[in-house]
Amino acid sequence: MSLYAFTGALETGLAFALVALGAYLTFRVLDFPDLTVEGSFPLGAAVAAKLMVSGVDAWTATFVAGLTGCLAGFATAFLNRKLRILHILAGILTAIALYSVNLRVMDRPNIGLINMTTVYTPFEQLGVPSLYAPMVLLAIVVVVAKIAIDLFLGTGFGLAMRAAGANPRMAEANGIQVGRMIVVGLAIANGLTALSGALFAQMLGAADVSMGIGVIVVALAAVIGGTALMPSRAISMLTLACVLGSILYRIALALALSSNAIGLTASDVNVVTAVLVAVALWTPVRKSSLLRRPGRFK
Amino acid sequence: MIRVENLGVTFNRGTALENRALRDINLSIGKGDFVTVIGSNGAGKSTLLNLLAGEISPGSGRIFIGGVDVTSWPVHRRSAVLARMFQDPRAGICEDMSIIENVAIAAARTAPRGFRFAITNDLRQIAVERLSMLGLGLEKRLHDRVALLSGGQRQALALIMATLGTTQVLLLDEHTAALDPAAAELVMNLTREIVQKFGITTVMVTHSMRQALEFGTRTIMLHQGQIILDITGAERASMTVEQLVRMFRRKEGAEISDDQLLLT
Repeated sequence: MSLYAFTGALETGLAFALVALGAYLTFRVLDFPDLTVEGSFPLGAAVAAKLMVSGVDAWTATFVAGLTGCLAGFATAFLNRKLRILHILAGILTAIALYSVNLRVMDRPNIGLINMTTVYTPFEQLGVPSLYAPMVLLAIVVVVAKIAIDLFLGTGFGLAMRAAGANPRMAEANGIQVGRMIVVGLAIANGLTALSGALFAQMLGAADVSMGIGVIVVALAAVIGGTALMPSRAISMLTLACVLGSILYRIALALALSSNAIGLTASDVNVVTAVLVAVALWTPVRKSSLLRRPGRFK
Repeated sequence: MIRVENLGVTFNRGTALENRALRDINLSIGKGDFVTVIGSNGAGKSTLLNLLAGEISPGSGRIFIGGVDVTSWPVHRRSAVLARMFQDPRAGICEDMSIIENVAIAAARTAPRGFRFAITNDLRQIAVERLSMLGLGLEKRLHDRVALLSGGQRQALALIMATLGTTQVLLLDEHTAALDPAAAELVMNLTREIVQKFGITTVMVTHSMRQALEFGTRTIMLHQGQIILDITGAERASMTVEQLVRMFRRKEGAEISDDQLLLT
Protein backbone atom coordinates (compact mmCIF):
# COMPACT_ATOMS: atom_id res chain seq x y z
CA MET A 1 0.00 0.00 0.00
CA SER A 2 1.34 3.41 -0.94
CA LEU A 3 1.76 6.23 1.59
CA TYR A 4 -0.93 8.10 -0.26
CA ALA A 5 -3.38 5.21 0.09
CA PHE A 6 -2.42 4.82 3.75
CA THR A 7 -2.99 8.48 4.68
CA GLY A 8 -6.21 8.37 2.68
CA ALA A 9 -7.39 5.39 4.69
CA LEU A 10 -6.36 7.08 7.93
CA GLU A 11 -8.19 10.35 7.28
CA THR A 12 -11.28 8.64 5.91
CA GLY A 13 -11.24 6.39 8.98
CA LEU A 14 -11.02 9.45 11.23
CA ALA A 15 -13.87 11.21 9.40
CA PHE A 16 -16.10 8.15 9.76
CA ALA A 17 -15.06 7.69 13.39
CA LEU A 18 -17.62 10.43 14.18
CA VAL A 19 -20.34 8.33 12.54
CA ALA A 20 -19.07 5.32 14.49
CA LEU A 21 -19.31 7.25 17.79
CA GLY A 22 -22.88 8.20 16.89
CA ALA A 23 -23.67 4.59 16.01
CA TYR A 24 -22.22 3.54 19.35
CA LEU A 25 -24.72 5.85 21.05
CA THR A 26 -27.69 4.55 19.07
CA PHE A 27 -26.88 0.85 18.56
CA ARG A 28 -25.07 0.09 21.78
CA VAL A 29 -26.17 2.63 24.37
CA LEU A 30 -29.81 3.15 23.33
CA ASP A 31 -30.26 -0.25 21.64
CA PHE A 32 -31.87 1.66 18.76
CA PRO A 33 -30.66 0.53 15.31
CA ASP A 34 -30.72 3.92 13.63
CA LEU A 35 -30.51 3.93 9.84
CA THR A 36 -31.09 7.70 9.58
CA VAL A 37 -27.35 8.13 9.07
CA GLU A 38 -27.69 7.05 5.43
CA GLY A 39 -29.46 10.38 4.94
CA SER A 40 -27.91 12.58 7.60
CA PHE A 41 -24.34 11.98 6.37
CA PRO A 42 -24.99 13.40 2.87
CA LEU A 43 -27.25 16.01 4.50
CA GLY A 44 -24.27 17.36 6.41
CA ALA A 45 -22.20 17.35 3.23
CA ALA A 46 -24.94 19.03 1.19
CA VAL A 47 -25.69 21.77 3.73
CA ALA A 48 -22.02 22.57 4.29
CA ALA A 49 -21.27 22.63 0.55
CA LYS A 50 -24.30 24.76 -0.29
CA LEU A 51 -23.49 27.27 2.44
CA MET A 52 -19.84 27.43 1.42
CA VAL A 53 -20.54 28.10 -2.25
CA SER A 54 -23.06 30.72 -1.10
CA GLY A 55 -20.25 32.57 0.66
CA VAL A 56 -20.66 31.40 4.26
CA ASP A 57 -17.33 30.65 5.91
CA ALA A 58 -16.34 26.99 6.22
CA TRP A 59 -16.51 26.79 10.05
CA THR A 60 -20.02 28.21 10.26
CA ALA A 61 -21.13 26.02 7.36
CA THR A 62 -19.75 22.91 9.07
CA PHE A 63 -21.41 23.82 12.37
CA VAL A 64 -24.80 24.47 10.77
CA ALA A 65 -24.46 21.18 8.87
CA GLY A 66 -24.08 19.38 12.20
CA LEU A 67 -27.23 21.06 13.53
CA THR A 68 -29.29 19.94 10.55
CA GLY A 69 -28.17 16.40 11.36
CA CYS A 70 -29.70 16.83 14.83
CA LEU A 71 -32.99 17.73 13.13
CA ALA A 72 -32.81 14.52 11.09
CA GLY A 73 -32.38 12.62 14.35
CA PHE A 74 -35.43 14.40 15.81
CA ALA A 75 -37.46 13.37 12.75
CA THR A 76 -36.66 9.68 13.23
CA ALA A 77 -37.31 9.89 16.99
CA PHE A 78 -40.67 11.54 16.24
CA LEU A 79 -41.64 8.79 13.79
CA ASN A 80 -40.67 6.14 16.32
CA ARG A 81 -42.01 7.64 19.55
CA LYS A 82 -45.06 9.59 18.45
CA LEU A 83 -46.23 7.63 15.43
CA ARG A 84 -45.10 4.29 16.89
CA ILE A 85 -43.21 3.26 13.76
CA LEU A 86 -40.66 0.46 14.14
CA HIS A 87 -37.22 1.98 14.84
CA ILE A 88 -35.46 0.53 11.79
CA LEU A 89 -38.29 1.61 9.51
CA ALA A 90 -38.43 5.09 11.06
CA GLY A 91 -34.76 5.58 10.20
CA ILE A 92 -35.24 4.29 6.65
CA LEU A 93 -38.18 6.67 6.12
CA THR A 94 -36.18 9.68 7.28
CA ALA A 95 -33.19 8.62 5.18
CA ILE A 96 -35.25 8.18 2.02
CA ALA A 97 -36.91 11.57 2.58
CA LEU A 98 -33.52 13.16 3.10
CA TYR A 99 -32.41 12.02 -0.35
CA SER A 100 -34.93 14.44 -1.86
CA VAL A 101 -34.16 17.06 0.77
CA ASN A 102 -30.47 16.86 -0.11
CA LEU A 103 -31.23 17.34 -3.82
CA ARG A 104 -33.32 20.40 -2.89
CA VAL A 105 -30.58 21.77 -0.66
CA MET A 106 -27.95 21.50 -3.39
CA ASP A 107 -30.27 22.17 -6.38
CA ARG A 108 -28.27 19.51 -8.20
CA PRO A 109 -26.79 16.05 -7.48
CA ASN A 110 -23.37 17.38 -6.43
CA ILE A 111 -21.39 20.50 -5.58
CA GLY A 112 -17.66 20.75 -6.14
CA LEU A 113 -15.53 22.36 -3.42
CA ILE A 114 -12.16 22.29 -5.17
CA ASN A 115 -10.10 25.43 -4.53
CA MET A 116 -12.56 26.63 -1.88
CA THR A 117 -11.38 27.74 1.53
CA THR A 118 -12.26 24.78 3.76
CA VAL A 119 -11.82 24.09 7.46
CA TYR A 120 -8.53 22.43 6.52
CA THR A 121 -7.07 25.53 4.84
CA PRO A 122 -5.78 27.17 8.07
CA PHE A 123 -3.79 24.02 8.85
CA GLU A 124 -2.17 24.10 5.45
CA GLN A 125 -1.31 27.75 5.98
CA LEU A 126 0.28 26.86 9.33
CA GLY A 127 2.77 24.80 7.36
CA VAL A 128 1.20 21.37 7.75
CA PRO A 129 1.76 19.57 4.43
CA SER A 130 -1.53 19.50 2.52
CA LEU A 131 -1.47 15.69 2.56
CA TYR A 132 -1.66 15.70 6.38
CA ALA A 133 -3.75 18.82 7.04
CA PRO A 134 -7.14 17.04 7.10
CA MET A 135 -5.74 14.34 9.34
CA VAL A 136 -4.60 16.84 11.97
CA LEU A 137 -7.96 18.61 12.19
CA LEU A 138 -9.96 15.38 12.03
CA ALA A 139 -7.86 13.83 14.78
CA ILE A 140 -8.57 16.86 16.99
CA VAL A 141 -12.32 16.77 16.28
CA VAL A 142 -12.54 13.01 16.87
CA VAL A 143 -10.60 13.14 20.14
CA VAL A 144 -12.78 16.02 21.39
CA ALA A 145 -15.98 14.20 20.39
CA LYS A 146 -14.83 10.95 21.99
CA ILE A 147 -13.93 12.61 25.28
CA ALA A 148 -17.17 14.63 25.26
CA ILE A 149 -19.20 11.43 24.85
CA ASP A 150 -17.24 9.70 27.61
CA LEU A 151 -17.89 12.58 29.97
CA PHE A 152 -21.54 12.88 28.95
CA LEU A 153 -22.22 9.19 29.62
CA GLY A 154 -20.86 9.65 33.15
CA THR A 155 -23.32 12.41 34.04
CA GLY A 156 -26.73 11.86 35.61
CA PHE A 157 -28.33 12.44 32.21
CA GLY A 158 -25.87 10.10 30.50
CA LEU A 159 -26.49 7.31 33.02
CA ALA A 160 -30.21 7.81 32.44
CA MET A 161 -29.66 7.38 28.70
CA ARG A 162 -27.71 4.16 29.26
CA ALA A 163 -30.45 2.84 31.54
CA ALA A 164 -33.12 3.76 28.96
CA GLY A 165 -31.33 1.58 26.40
CA ALA A 166 -30.33 -1.27 28.70
CA ASN A 167 -33.60 -1.67 30.62
CA PRO A 168 -36.44 0.67 29.58
CA ARG A 169 -38.93 -0.61 32.17
CA MET A 170 -36.45 -0.13 34.99
CA ALA A 171 -35.58 3.29 33.58
CA GLU A 172 -39.22 4.44 33.62
CA ALA A 173 -39.62 3.04 37.14
CA ASN A 174 -36.69 5.23 38.13
CA GLY A 175 -38.21 8.39 36.73
CA ILE A 176 -36.42 8.36 33.37
CA GLN A 177 -38.41 9.35 30.28
CA VAL A 178 -37.18 6.77 27.80
CA GLY A 179 -38.71 8.62 24.84
CA ARG A 180 -36.83 11.80 25.71
CA MET A 181 -33.57 9.85 25.94
CA ILE A 182 -34.13 8.43 22.45
CA VAL A 183 -34.81 11.90 21.06
CA VAL A 184 -31.64 13.33 22.57
CA GLY A 185 -29.53 10.30 21.67
CA LEU A 186 -30.64 10.29 18.03
CA ALA A 187 -30.09 14.04 17.77
CA ILE A 188 -26.53 13.74 19.07
CA ALA A 189 -25.74 10.73 16.89
CA ASN A 190 -27.07 12.30 13.69
CA GLY A 191 -25.46 15.62 14.54
CA LEU A 192 -22.11 13.82 14.69
CA THR A 193 -22.92 12.01 11.45
CA ALA A 194 -23.79 15.22 9.60
CA LEU A 195 -20.66 16.85 10.99
CA SER A 196 -18.72 13.90 9.64
CA GLY A 197 -20.42 14.33 6.26
CA ALA A 198 -19.49 18.03 6.17
CA LEU A 199 -15.86 17.34 7.06
CA PHE A 200 -15.65 14.45 4.62
CA ALA A 201 -17.05 16.49 1.72
CA GLN A 202 -14.47 19.23 2.33
CA MET A 203 -11.73 16.64 2.40
CA LEU A 204 -13.01 15.01 -0.77
CA GLY A 205 -13.56 18.35 -2.52
CA ALA A 206 -17.21 17.66 -3.30
CA ALA A 207 -20.59 16.90 -1.82
CA ASP A 208 -22.62 14.25 -3.61
CA VAL A 209 -26.20 13.17 -3.01
CA SER A 210 -25.23 9.49 -3.20
CA MET A 211 -22.38 9.66 -0.69
CA GLY A 212 -24.57 8.29 2.09
CA ILE A 213 -24.98 4.83 0.60
CA GLY A 214 -23.55 2.21 2.93
CA VAL A 215 -22.63 4.65 5.71
CA ILE A 216 -24.54 2.56 8.24
CA VAL A 217 -22.64 -0.58 7.29
CA VAL A 218 -19.34 1.22 7.61
CA ALA A 219 -20.34 2.58 11.04
CA LEU A 220 -21.45 -0.87 12.16
CA ALA A 221 -18.21 -2.39 10.92
CA ALA A 222 -16.34 0.09 13.12
CA VAL A 223 -18.54 -0.34 16.21
CA ILE A 224 -18.92 -4.11 16.08
CA GLY A 225 -15.42 -4.85 14.86
CA GLY A 226 -13.80 -2.37 17.24
CA THR A 227 -15.70 -3.35 20.37
CA ALA A 228 -15.32 -7.07 19.61
CA LEU A 229 -11.54 -6.69 19.68
CA MET A 230 -11.60 -4.57 22.85
CA PRO A 231 -11.46 -6.68 26.01
CA SER A 232 -12.53 -3.89 28.38
CA ARG A 233 -16.17 -2.93 29.00
CA ALA A 234 -15.37 0.59 30.29
CA ILE A 235 -17.15 3.31 28.30
CA SER A 236 -13.93 5.19 27.48
CA MET A 237 -12.43 1.98 26.12
CA LEU A 238 -15.50 1.16 24.03
CA THR A 239 -15.61 4.61 22.42
CA LEU A 240 -11.87 4.29 21.75
CA ALA A 241 -12.63 0.92 20.15
CA CYS A 242 -15.15 2.60 17.84
CA VAL A 243 -12.56 5.15 16.69
CA LEU A 244 -9.88 2.52 16.18
CA GLY A 245 -12.39 0.22 14.52
CA SER A 246 -13.23 2.93 12.00
CA ILE A 247 -9.56 3.46 11.13
CA LEU A 248 -8.74 -0.25 11.03
CA TYR A 249 -11.69 -0.88 8.76
CA ARG A 250 -10.38 1.68 6.24
CA ILE A 251 -6.88 0.26 6.37
CA ALA A 252 -8.19 -3.27 5.88
CA LEU A 253 -10.24 -2.02 2.94
CA ALA A 254 -7.25 -0.21 1.41
CA LEU A 255 -5.10 -3.31 1.83
CA ALA A 256 -7.70 -5.49 0.19
CA LEU A 257 -8.09 -3.13 -2.76
CA SER A 258 -4.37 -2.38 -3.23
CA SER A 259 -3.31 -5.98 -3.31
CA ASN A 260 -2.86 -6.71 -6.99
CA ALA A 261 -2.65 -10.40 -6.30
CA ILE A 262 -6.35 -10.60 -5.41
CA GLY A 263 -7.28 -8.55 -8.44
CA LEU A 264 -9.91 -6.38 -6.74
CA THR A 265 -10.74 -2.92 -8.07
CA ALA A 266 -12.46 0.11 -6.55
CA SER A 267 -15.80 -1.07 -7.88
CA ASP A 268 -15.56 -4.11 -5.61
CA VAL A 269 -15.58 -1.96 -2.48
CA ASN A 270 -19.10 -2.87 -1.40
CA VAL A 271 -18.51 -6.57 -1.58
CA VAL A 272 -15.29 -6.18 0.40
CA THR A 273 -17.18 -4.09 2.97
CA ALA A 274 -19.91 -6.68 3.31
CA VAL A 275 -17.31 -9.41 3.80
CA LEU A 276 -15.45 -7.36 6.41
CA VAL A 277 -18.66 -6.63 8.32
CA ALA A 278 -19.70 -10.26 8.14
CA VAL A 279 -16.32 -11.23 9.55
CA ALA A 280 -16.63 -8.61 12.29
CA LEU A 281 -20.06 -9.94 13.21
CA TRP A 282 -18.86 -13.51 13.08
CA THR A 283 -15.71 -13.18 15.21
CA PRO A 284 -17.40 -12.37 18.55
CA VAL A 285 -19.66 -15.40 18.31
CA ARG A 286 -16.70 -17.61 17.63
CA LYS A 287 -14.49 -16.12 20.34
CA SER A 288 -16.90 -16.03 23.24
CA SER A 289 -20.62 -15.86 23.68
CA LEU A 290 -20.05 -13.32 26.48
CA LEU A 291 -19.16 -10.67 23.92
CA ARG A 292 -22.50 -11.00 22.25
CA ARG A 293 -25.36 -9.91 24.38
CA PRO A 294 -28.36 -12.16 23.83
CA GLY A 295 -31.51 -11.00 22.14
CA ARG A 296 -30.04 -7.92 20.59
CA PHE A 297 -29.75 -6.75 17.02
CA LYS A 298 -26.00 -6.80 16.69
CA MET B 1 -50.76 7.25 52.15
CA ILE B 2 -52.47 5.34 49.35
CA ARG B 3 -56.17 5.71 48.66
CA VAL B 4 -57.98 3.94 45.88
CA GLU B 5 -61.59 4.84 45.04
CA ASN B 6 -63.96 2.74 42.93
CA LEU B 7 -61.07 1.42 40.89
CA GLY B 8 -62.01 -0.75 37.94
CA VAL B 9 -60.12 -2.12 34.95
CA THR B 10 -61.43 -4.15 32.05
CA PHE B 11 -59.06 -5.66 29.53
CA ASN B 12 -60.15 -6.26 25.92
CA ARG B 13 -63.41 -4.42 26.51
CA GLY B 14 -66.10 -5.29 24.00
CA THR B 15 -64.40 -8.42 22.70
CA ALA B 16 -64.92 -12.10 23.37
CA LEU B 17 -61.85 -11.94 25.63
CA GLU B 18 -63.34 -9.21 27.83
CA ASN B 19 -61.86 -9.56 31.29
CA ARG B 20 -62.87 -7.43 34.28
CA ALA B 21 -59.53 -7.61 36.06
CA LEU B 22 -60.56 -5.30 38.90
CA ARG B 23 -64.11 -4.42 39.97
CA ASP B 24 -64.83 -1.35 41.98
CA ILE B 25 -61.94 -1.61 44.44
CA ASN B 26 -61.89 0.70 47.47
CA LEU B 27 -58.77 0.64 49.59
CA SER B 28 -57.07 2.94 52.03
CA ILE B 29 -53.53 2.24 53.21
CA GLY B 30 -52.04 4.27 56.03
CA LYS B 31 -48.55 5.70 56.21
CA GLY B 32 -45.97 3.06 57.15
CA ASP B 33 -48.41 0.18 56.66
CA PHE B 34 -47.08 -3.04 55.13
CA VAL B 35 -49.88 -4.70 53.19
CA THR B 36 -49.55 -8.19 51.75
CA VAL B 37 -51.79 -9.07 48.82
CA ILE B 38 -52.74 -12.67 48.01
CA GLY B 39 -55.08 -14.33 45.57
CA SER B 40 -55.07 -17.00 42.91
CA ASN B 41 -53.79 -16.46 39.37
CA GLY B 42 -55.86 -13.87 37.58
CA ALA B 43 -57.32 -12.49 40.80
CA GLY B 44 -56.07 -9.00 39.97
CA LYS B 45 -53.01 -8.74 42.23
CA SER B 46 -50.56 -7.67 39.54
CA THR B 47 -53.19 -5.45 37.93
CA LEU B 48 -53.60 -3.60 41.23
CA LEU B 49 -49.85 -3.14 41.53
CA ASN B 50 -49.51 -2.01 37.91
CA LEU B 51 -52.29 0.52 38.49
CA LEU B 52 -50.53 1.92 41.54
CA ALA B 53 -47.25 2.12 39.60
CA GLY B 54 -48.93 3.77 36.61
CA GLU B 55 -48.09 1.07 34.06
CA ILE B 56 -51.76 0.73 33.19
CA SER B 57 -54.48 3.30 33.57
CA PRO B 58 -57.81 2.49 35.18
CA GLY B 59 -61.09 2.35 33.30
CA SER B 60 -62.81 3.96 36.25
CA GLY B 61 -61.96 5.29 39.69
CA ARG B 62 -59.16 7.37 41.15
CA ILE B 63 -55.81 6.76 42.81
CA PHE B 64 -54.38 9.06 45.47
CA ILE B 65 -50.85 8.89 46.83
CA GLY B 66 -50.08 11.11 49.79
CA GLY B 67 -53.38 12.89 49.21
CA VAL B 68 -52.49 13.82 45.62
CA ASP B 69 -54.57 12.50 42.74
CA VAL B 70 -52.03 10.61 40.60
CA THR B 71 -54.54 8.77 38.40
CA SER B 72 -53.29 10.43 35.20
CA TRP B 73 -49.59 10.47 36.11
CA PRO B 74 -47.28 8.34 33.94
CA VAL B 75 -44.81 5.88 35.48
CA HIS B 76 -41.81 8.20 35.44
CA ARG B 77 -43.73 10.93 37.27
CA ARG B 78 -45.02 8.67 40.04
CA SER B 79 -41.52 7.36 40.58
CA ALA B 80 -40.64 10.49 42.55
CA VAL B 81 -42.57 9.09 45.53
CA LEU B 82 -43.01 5.48 44.53
CA ALA B 83 -40.57 2.66 43.83
CA ARG B 84 -41.10 -0.94 42.82
CA MET B 85 -39.34 -4.26 42.72
CA PHE B 86 -40.00 -6.94 40.12
CA GLN B 87 -40.11 -10.71 40.26
CA ASP B 88 -37.32 -11.12 37.71
CA PRO B 89 -33.98 -10.24 39.36
CA ARG B 90 -32.82 -8.81 36.02
CA ALA B 91 -35.76 -6.45 35.68
CA GLY B 92 -34.94 -3.98 38.43
CA ILE B 93 -31.30 -3.33 37.58
CA CYS B 94 -29.05 -2.65 34.59
CA GLU B 95 -26.85 -5.73 34.23
CA ASP B 96 -24.16 -4.13 32.12
CA MET B 97 -23.61 -1.28 34.55
CA SER B 98 -21.73 -1.26 37.83
CA ILE B 99 -23.32 -1.39 41.29
CA ILE B 100 -22.52 2.26 41.95
CA GLU B 101 -23.95 3.31 38.56
CA ASN B 102 -27.18 1.48 39.34
CA VAL B 103 -27.34 3.18 42.72
CA ALA B 104 -26.74 6.53 40.98
CA ILE B 105 -29.68 5.94 38.61
CA ALA B 106 -31.96 5.07 41.52
CA ALA B 107 -30.70 7.94 43.69
CA ALA B 108 -31.80 10.36 40.96
CA ARG B 109 -35.33 8.93 41.07
CA THR B 110 -36.44 11.34 43.77
CA ALA B 111 -34.05 14.17 42.83
CA PRO B 112 -33.35 16.10 39.64
CA ARG B 113 -31.09 14.39 37.10
CA GLY B 114 -28.54 16.77 35.68
CA PHE B 115 -25.39 17.19 33.68
CA ARG B 116 -23.09 16.86 36.65
CA PHE B 117 -21.11 13.70 37.14
CA ALA B 118 -23.39 11.10 38.62
CA ILE B 119 -20.81 9.28 40.75
CA THR B 120 -19.85 11.77 43.45
CA ASN B 121 -18.26 11.25 46.84
CA ASP B 122 -21.61 11.95 48.47
CA LEU B 123 -23.23 9.21 46.41
CA ARG B 124 -20.42 6.79 47.22
CA GLN B 125 -20.92 7.51 50.90
CA ILE B 126 -24.68 6.88 50.68
CA ALA B 127 -24.11 3.72 48.64
CA VAL B 128 -21.60 2.30 51.13
CA GLU B 129 -23.84 3.20 54.06
CA ARG B 130 -26.95 1.61 52.56
CA LEU B 131 -25.27 -1.42 51.00
CA SER B 132 -23.57 -2.31 54.29
CA MET B 133 -27.06 -2.74 55.77
CA LEU B 134 -27.36 -5.84 53.57
CA GLY B 135 -24.34 -7.55 55.11
CA LEU B 136 -23.44 -9.03 51.72
CA GLY B 137 -20.20 -7.14 51.17
CA LEU B 138 -21.61 -5.31 48.13
CA GLU B 139 -20.28 -2.03 49.53
CA LYS B 140 -16.78 -3.30 48.76
CA ARG B 141 -17.71 -4.14 45.15
CA LEU B 142 -19.06 -0.75 43.99
CA HIS B 143 -17.41 -0.99 40.59
CA ASP B 144 -18.32 -4.59 39.85
CA ARG B 145 -20.80 -5.14 37.07
CA VAL B 146 -24.21 -6.19 38.33
CA ALA B 147 -24.15 -9.10 35.84
CA LEU B 148 -21.63 -10.72 38.21
CA LEU B 149 -24.13 -10.81 41.11
CA SER B 150 -26.40 -13.72 42.04
CA GLY B 151 -30.19 -13.39 41.89
CA GLY B 152 -30.42 -12.83 45.64
CA GLN B 153 -27.69 -10.20 45.59
CA ARG B 154 -29.40 -8.43 42.69
CA GLN B 155 -32.72 -8.30 44.51
CA ALA B 156 -30.94 -7.06 47.64
CA LEU B 157 -29.31 -4.33 45.53
CA ALA B 158 -32.68 -3.54 43.93
CA LEU B 159 -34.15 -3.23 47.43
CA ILE B 160 -31.52 -0.68 48.40
CA MET B 161 -32.15 1.18 45.11
CA ALA B 162 -35.90 1.17 45.67
CA THR B 163 -35.66 2.63 49.17
CA LEU B 164 -33.26 5.50 48.41
CA GLY B 165 -34.08 9.17 48.74
CA THR B 166 -37.54 10.35 49.67
CA THR B 167 -39.34 7.16 48.61
CA GLN B 168 -42.69 6.92 50.39
CA VAL B 169 -44.31 3.92 48.73
CA LEU B 170 -42.72 0.60 47.83
CA LEU B 171 -44.46 -1.91 45.55
CA LEU B 172 -43.18 -5.49 45.64
CA ASP B 173 -44.32 -7.79 42.86
CA GLU B 174 -43.48 -11.30 44.11
CA HIS B 175 -39.93 -10.07 44.46
CA THR B 176 -38.63 -13.28 46.04
CA ALA B 177 -40.53 -15.76 43.84
CA ALA B 178 -37.62 -16.31 41.45
CA LEU B 179 -35.05 -16.89 44.20
CA ASP B 180 -33.94 -20.09 45.92
CA PRO B 181 -35.41 -20.53 49.45
CA ALA B 182 -32.34 -19.28 51.30
CA ALA B 183 -31.99 -16.19 49.12
CA ALA B 184 -35.74 -15.56 49.29
CA GLU B 185 -35.65 -15.60 53.09
CA LEU B 186 -32.63 -13.29 53.14
CA VAL B 187 -34.29 -10.78 50.81
CA MET B 188 -37.60 -10.96 52.74
CA ASN B 189 -35.91 -10.30 56.06
CA LEU B 190 -33.91 -7.43 54.59
CA THR B 191 -37.10 -6.04 53.09
CA ARG B 192 -38.86 -6.05 56.47
CA GLU B 193 -35.88 -4.49 58.20
CA ILE B 194 -35.30 -1.70 55.68
CA VAL B 195 -38.95 -0.86 55.11
CA GLN B 196 -39.45 -0.57 58.86
CA LYS B 197 -36.32 1.51 59.35
CA PHE B 198 -37.40 4.11 56.79
CA GLY B 199 -41.14 3.90 57.54
CA ILE B 200 -42.00 3.21 53.89
CA THR B 201 -45.58 2.28 53.04
CA THR B 202 -45.35 -1.11 51.35
CA VAL B 203 -47.66 -3.20 49.19
CA MET B 204 -46.38 -6.72 48.55
CA VAL B 205 -47.97 -9.17 46.15
CA THR B 206 -47.12 -12.78 47.00
CA HIS B 207 -48.15 -16.28 46.07
CA SER B 208 -47.18 -17.61 49.47
CA MET B 209 -49.86 -17.63 52.21
CA ARG B 210 -47.13 -18.14 54.81
CA GLN B 211 -45.23 -15.08 53.60
CA ALA B 212 -48.43 -13.07 53.50
CA LEU B 213 -49.10 -13.70 57.20
CA GLU B 214 -45.51 -13.68 58.44
CA PHE B 215 -44.63 -10.30 57.00
CA GLY B 216 -46.43 -6.99 57.12
CA THR B 217 -49.24 -5.52 59.16
CA ARG B 218 -52.26 -6.24 57.02
CA THR B 219 -53.33 -8.86 54.50
CA ILE B 220 -55.88 -8.55 51.74
CA MET B 221 -57.10 -11.30 49.48
CA LEU B 222 -58.29 -10.66 45.95
CA HIS B 223 -60.53 -12.92 43.96
CA GLN B 224 -61.93 -12.22 40.52
CA GLY B 225 -61.01 -8.58 40.82
CA GLN B 226 -62.57 -7.97 44.21
CA ILE B 227 -61.26 -7.74 47.76
CA ILE B 228 -62.78 -10.73 49.54
CA LEU B 229 -60.72 -10.57 52.72
CA ASP B 230 -59.04 -7.71 54.59
CA ILE B 231 -57.50 -8.59 57.95
CA THR B 232 -55.29 -6.71 60.34
CA GLY B 233 -54.36 -6.51 64.04
CA ALA B 234 -55.38 -9.32 66.40
CA GLU B 235 -57.52 -11.10 63.84
CA ARG B 236 -54.52 -11.35 61.55
CA ALA B 237 -52.08 -12.22 64.34
CA SER B 238 -54.10 -15.28 65.34
CA MET B 239 -54.67 -16.39 61.77
CA THR B 240 -52.92 -19.54 60.57
CA VAL B 241 -52.18 -20.51 56.99
CA GLU B 242 -54.77 -23.32 57.23
CA GLN B 243 -57.42 -20.92 58.52
CA LEU B 244 -56.62 -18.51 55.73
CA VAL B 245 -57.09 -21.24 53.16
CA ARG B 246 -60.35 -22.31 54.79
CA MET B 247 -61.56 -18.72 54.91
CA PHE B 248 -60.74 -18.37 51.26
CA ARG B 249 -62.97 -21.36 50.51
CA ARG B 250 -65.81 -20.17 52.69
CA LYS B 251 -65.83 -16.65 51.31
CA GLU B 252 -65.54 -17.81 47.81
CA GLY B 253 -67.42 -21.07 48.04
CA ALA B 254 -65.09 -22.56 45.50
CA GLU B 255 -62.35 -25.13 45.42
CA ILE B 256 -58.87 -23.74 45.16
CA SER B 257 -57.24 -25.24 42.17
CA ASP B 258 -53.99 -23.37 42.55
CA ASP B 259 -51.61 -25.82 44.24
CA GLN B 260 -49.10 -23.16 45.04
CA LEU B 261 -51.63 -21.34 47.15
CA LEU B 262 -52.25 -24.43 49.31
CA LEU B 263 -48.81 -25.83 49.64
CA THR B 264 -46.70 -22.82 50.49
